[in-house]
Amino acid sequence: MIANYGYKDGSGEYYISIDTDKCIVCEAGRACLGACPKGMFEIISDDYDDEVAAVKQQFRRSLAFDCAQCKPAGGYTTLPCVSACTPGAIKHSW
Amino acid sequence: MAETAGEKKEYWRWQENCWIDESKNWRDAKIITAGIDVGSVSSQAVIVCDGGLYGFNSMRTGNNSPDSAKNAINGVLEKSGMKLEDIHYVVGTGYGRVNVPFAHKAITEIACHARGANYMGGSQIRTILDMGGQDCKAIHCDEKGKVTNFLMNDKCAAGTGRGMEVIADLMQIPIAELGPRSFDVDEEPPAVSSTCVVFAKSEALALLKAGYSKNKVIAAYCQAMAERVVSLLERIGVEKEFFITGGIAKNPGVVKRIERLLGLQAVQTKYDSQIAGALGAALFGYTLVQKQGVPNKAAA
Ligand code: SF4
Ligand code: SF4
Repeated sequence: MIANYGYKDGSGEYYISIDTDKCIVCEAGRACLGACPKGMFEIISDDYDDEVAAVKQQFRRSLAFDCAQCKPAGGYTTLPCVSACTPGAIKHSW
Repeated sequence: MAETAGEKKEYWRWQENCWIDESKNWRDAKIITAGIDVGSVSSQAVIVCDGGLYGFNSMRTGNNSPDSAKNAINGVLEKSGMKLEDIHYVVGTGYGRVNVPFAHKAITEIACHARGANYMGGSQIRTILDMGGQDCKAIHCDEKGKVTNFLMNDKCAAGTGRGMEVIADLMQIPIAELGPRSFDVDEEPPAVSSTCVVFAKSEALALLKAGYSKNKVIAAYCQAMAERVVSLLERIGVEKEFFITGGIAKNPGVVKRIERLLGLQAVQTKYDSQIAGALGAALFGYTLVQKQGVPNKAAA
């Protein structure tokens, strides 16, 4: 399943997509959990009882602001979450 | 009925609905399950007998989730002569899903809407747009109604039932009339420019002052809602067949404009579009009982 967390507002589209099929057999040791400096990810049991990564509820409406420190202006050339997730489950829309 | 002095007419008030299938006798059913969808604006209870829809109650959400859940189920229990103890499994869904006191399990509305749409629209449904009271969801599912992709906008009320209620009150036109009246215009106006309900309200007032008829303002607002939800849908793509759930599915002014923008017709259903979430929850309950058996004691 592709789970899209985020929103669209007047300034743009801010979504983090997680391909949860890759989380079920995570080959990165749940690296997303430790990689994000804001601790934005958590492992949940989804509606089909699979253990998958999700963006925590409290960050879902403020991604543009919360991820700002990792985006190019913040000095990172690649995003910590995307780099840590070697299966390639995480994508950002902006 | 004439409005008396001091009495405020509630233009936003939509039709509550309680129904049971008189052709069925629930006492014949081997497995009875219920789904309770406690949303921010409306609450539904659906009863499923042996995997088929038996009855439902759809009403406005009250002051708190537990009472809303009880009121919703009580309506359909009273109408059918059933007792809560006769129900083998209850699944809660919606934003108040963890506060349904008699539920055995909570499942998100995303999974439940997909499952409900699969029942209501058929196994060919692949894209679901749920326009709820205060959020909007775009969902892809497979032939079994299992979610494969989803997106949810709950950041603002634009494109939602609450937004439409605000416009009904502002225009002083009953909410059920908004859709038909939006087509009663000389020419289709451009959408109101703001997607925010608060600004759309002031923009609507400005348009009225500028000489727009009420119908034209409603048309501009329906178009804005349609454009907003279509942009949400486009993010995940629209695969055939396409189905709309939630209260706004009953508003042809928005539905027809969505269809026009997508170049695609939504699948019609004989069921009430507002019960999709609760129906999906009850169907999840049915599958769980089939797999795991009846739990020892009702959660109530
Ligand atoms: S997001 Fe990546 S690292 Fe995190 S659980 Fe899923 S596959 Fe593993
Ligand atoms: S971009 Fe940075 S803050 Fe945003 S989710 Fe990834 S690691 Fe966390």
